Amino acid sequence: MNAALRSFSLVVALMTGATAVHATEALGDAQAGQAVFAQCKGCHQVGAGARNRIGPHLNNVFGRKAAGLEGFKYSKSLTRAGANGVEWHADTLSAYVENPRAFASGTRMSFAGLKDPQQRADLIAFLRGFSDNPADIPEADPTARGTDHDVDPAILAIQGDPEYGAYLSSECTTCHQVDGGDQGIPSIVFWPTEDFVIAMQAYKGQRRPHPVMQMIAGRLSDEEIAALAAYFADPG
Amino acid sequence: MTFNRRQFLGRAGGAAAALGLSAPAVLGQGKPRVVIVGGGAGGATAARYLAKDSKGAIDVTLIEPTRTYYTCFFSNLYMAGFKSLSDIAHSYGTLAADYGVNVIHDWAVGVDREARTVSLAGGAVLPYDKLILSPGIDFVDGAVPGWDITAQNRMPHAYKAGSQSELLRAQIQAMPQGGTYAMVAPPNPFRCPPGPYERVSMVAHMLKQSNPTAKILVADPKPKFSKMALFQEGWGTHYDGMIDWIGPDFGGADVAVNPDVMTVTIDGEETAVDVCNVIPAMKAGRIAEMAGVTDGNWAPVNAADMSSKLDPDIYVLGDASQQGDMPKSGFSANSQAKVCAMAVRGALTGSKVFPAKFSNTCWSLIDTDDGVKVGATYEATPEKIAKVDGFISQTGESGDLRKATYQESLGWYAGITADMFG
Repeated sequence: MNAALRSFSLVVALMTGATAVHATEALGDAQAGQAVFAQCKGCHQVGAGARNRIGPHLNNVFGRKAAGLEGFKYSKSLTRAGANGVEWHADTLSAYVENPRAFASGTRMSFAGLKDPQQRADLIAFLRGFSDNPADIPEADPTARGTDHDVDPAILAIQGDPEYGAYLSSECTTCHQVDGGDQGIPSIVFWPTEDFVIAMQAYKGQRRPHPVMQMIAGRLSDEEIAALAAYFADPG
Repeated sequence: MTFNRRQFLGRAGGAAAALGLSAPAVLGQGKPRVVIVGGGAGGATAARYLAKDSKGAIDVTLIEPTRTYYTCFFSNLYMAGFKSLSDIAHSYGTLAADYGVNVIHDWAVGVDREARTVSLAGGAVLPYDKLILSPGIDFVDGAVPGWDITAQNRMPHAYKAGSQSELLRAQIQAMPQGGTYAMVAPPNPFRCPPGPYERVSMVAHMLKQSNPTAKILVADPKPKFSKMALFQEGWGTHYDGMIDWIGPDFGGADVAVNPDVMTVTIDGEETAVDVCNVIPAMKAGRIAEMAGVTDGNWAPVNAADMSSKLDPDIYVLGDASQQGDMPKSGFSANSQAKVCAMAVRGALTGSKVFPAKFSNTCWSLIDTDDGVKVGATYEATPEKIAKVDGFISQTGESGDLRKATYQESLGWYAGITADMFG
């Protein structure tokens, strides 16, 4: 039904007007959307050289099947949505961003939702600029790396022991669900190991504010953080 | 040399027959046996981790009398209507079906430490190689003059969740306008240190809406309690004038009750009340005493693996244990269970044993979206589980932070119950 509804709205869009470019303008203000995207860029990259990080990159997201990017580990919920025919277009993206867990209950996207319809429209207009075809993607750097940090490369280079990480993880799974479920406490599974280490080192160094995480990370050694990163990258 | 199971059993049986000996229990079964008594935050977690991590190499039996387990944590939120009873209800089906835990709904009524067996009320006798006791709490006889377990319908404790929680909620809802709810708070140490004070907050939340002239009277034998400054600040902000907390300086330790006429006598002064929530002094669940692993009211354990100081083949988890600095909480029991499961698996299968790490966080709700927390990390020392570092919510925090703290507690609840029950 969703797919049918979407096709219908697409038809309406085409009838009322015009080319994809005009449709973009009708969606919202792409420049305002760039500011809204600041909320997303901790996890998502978009633009030239954008890569999958905690979340998938968002180049060419329009028209892509939900959970359709190869090489990214999606939640079961989103994979199921894709298998059921959900594709990313303005309407589906808007519904997803408005309330991620209402759209896909088991999604690992740790985002409470964007309630303001204008902000959603602006955000979608911004993303639309990175989609039509690859030629539209600017030559500039990606808009977001999401990983600005000053962690010693030697620490990032530590190869963690996933078996040790599995044991240590029991301290995490009292709160963080290993199946990726997320309700008030973010998902920490399938993160790139580097992002995991950077986040934990930020808590350890008290540069990220959460008192529970500062305490937990504060007593983990660099090897233990690497072990946890190795385990949670693919907890099986 | 490798054997398949049939060859192994054949050879072992043949050898035993040839030598005229009966095989030891462990060899005869082919698998070491762990029996766990109590299916709460300690026992259910230990069962799940032992079964999951040993991948079938250990025979895990969980003995829990109730088919539906109601978590004590969040039972105050149930009372105030933030959660339904079904929200805090859990079954053992997944532990049995997905993890292969043998779940037996029966009471453990005896432990023979010589024979290494547990006897059940239903008559069965279960052999074990390692026994894990996680029986929670029972109440100390005669702790509150005038109250005993036969009075728990007139004066509920609601400190074991389920029907008692429903009863107390119904009694509070039925209070006359302007009536009095009294709580007799327990002495240290007891299950869930912030629990009575979250309870008071949640009762006030209920009464503020339905019965705003009602009074709350708390008789407390302790001069200080967990998150005291945070609760007292919140009581002033949300429930000004409703709550009268009487500490030991004003006779809060000198309390008697009369369930027949519904009175509470504090420091010699008798007061008629409409609801009386008696939370008596606590001790380890009775089976720990029956197994002979208690010293006084609690069961002393070694910090490194939660093994009993009185029997190396028995481990005691959670509220029943006397371990050092950790509070008696579901979070603590869950944390201890994982250390214990690793140690037991290591002892029985030779798997790798890493150093023990423990942690705890207790969230409490004061009013809608006003959550607070206290927590710490711990390590094993030769003497006890010792606190390493901790934190606590601050007075005067913003509403947004308090709301985020409450949201976090919801996430924790989903996390820990998945960690316990699969």
